[in-house]
Amino acid sequence: MKYVSEFRDKDRFNKLLQQIEQEADPSRDYHFMEFCGGHTHAIFRYGIAQRLPKHVEMVHGPGCPVCVMPSGRIDQAIALAHDPRVILCSYGDMLRVPGSGRNSLLKAKGEGADVRMVYSVMDALAIAEQNPEREVVFFAIGFETTTPPTALAIKTAQQRELKNFSVLCNHLLTPPAIRHILESPEVRELGTVSIDGFLGPSHVSTIIGCQPYQYFVEEYQKPVVVTGFEPVDLLQGILMLIRQHNQGIFEVENQYRRGVTELGNVKAQMLMAECFEMRTRFNWRGLGDIPYSALRIRSEFAEFDAELRFSLEEPVSREHKACQCGAILRGVKKPKDCKIFGKACTPETPVGPCMVSSEGACSAYYHFGPIEVQVVEK
Amino acid sequence: MCLAIPAQIVEIIDENSAKVALGSVTKEVTVTLIEEPQVGEYILIHAGFALNRIDPEEAQKTLELFDSIDLTEHLGKLA
Ligand code: SF4
Repeated sequence: MKYVSEFRDKDRFNKLLQQIEQEADPSRDYHFMEFCGGHTHAIFRYGIAQRLPKHVEMVHGPGCPVCVMPSGRIDQAIALAHDPRVILCSYGDMLRVPGSGRNSLLKAKGEGADVRMVYSVMDALAIAEQNPEREVVFFAIGFETTTPPTALAIKTAQQRELKNFSVLCNHLLTPPAIRHILESPEVRELGTVSIDGFLGPSHVSTIIGCQPYQYFVEEYQKPVVVTGFEPVDLLQGILMLIRQHNQGIFEVENQYRRGVTELGNVKAQMLMAECFEMRTRFNWRGLGDIPYSALRIRSEFAEFDAELRFSLEEPVSREHKACQCGAILRGVKKPKDCKIFGKACTPETPVGPCMVSSEGACSAYYHFGPIEVQVVEK
Repeated sequence: MCLAIPAQIVEIIDENSAKVALGSVTKEVTVTLIEEPQVGEYILIHAGFALNRIDPEEAQKTLELFDSIDLTEHLGKLA
């Protein structure tokens, strides 16, 4: 496929690996965090983690919207799904994620709740039009990539005067989460992670552009390279970080120029601004409260806000005691540090979200991790 | 969750939707988020939406950058 296969080319891949080998100074260590779960997945899938020189380490960040959704908000969706008036629409990624306890939307569906998996938010809108006697709620999750589509659906619902469509809005913003990691006392106290630079999420940046990361290079003096998801993209992004680090410079660089511009997709940004405003705080699974890190629906569109329509209160989350996702999302611990990894917690019986989502670090380790991990599988 | 995939526009249906080819399958996607989509262009698709277009020149430049890496220079130094 065009724009895919060229960036999976084996020769280019090997050449870049050699180049990294040559340029990574053996007298220093390199710790780079990939914020995005899609990067984590690709780094394992293409064996990049294992093939990088020993002193170039990738630290896995929290950038998977499925992994960071607090269990209380999943409980909310499950409770709504059990309301007989409601058809609850969700992206497939969320169906198996445990809420508090071992409940999930899939389990609710098994118990008779009307839960429907949708591929696009527009499908949820169509379901609302086909079922005027029911309440259709879209469980909206995701970073800036999924937010403009939700905004468009809300606007369309308003134009079409749909009375039975609402959105349970859990959209999150990436820049505040990156800032939170850099400032997190846990990360500082534990001192186990020093982060020398970031691979920035490129598909988020198709919408927000490169500009928001300028703040990080200025404030924290960490290089950021916005990087694509194909193996060759990833290696080039890593090489660009190594070069900046070697030269002691910190800039925002764009490896994914084919899809990302400085300012991003302005039309999509305007749509987001029209429909959403910041929440003063949002509780992220594993990361805790992060100020101004999530969006809620503006009062102009209040009739489409499921939180108001169903008078929902701020949910309380209870996480499984053994689950180490919080430390893993911060890059402070590795999946194998969790006592139940590969035992009580597997992709078939996930305890924490990092094991459910294919972009979670635990799932990536389980499927593609080092040999000792695979021995645990049987 | 946030992974988008490249697809080529094969038909404009109306101002909000287009048909795209993903390998051998075609699919209808919402193109409202991009300005004036054209048949033949490549766009990045995520959850049924086109997020942005792919710039063919920039893609070419990125590839050329990889290909211009000259390892022989380093190998020469080692010898
Ligand atoms: S192995 Fe399971 S329980 Fe342990 S940290 Fe990962 S997701 Fe959480």
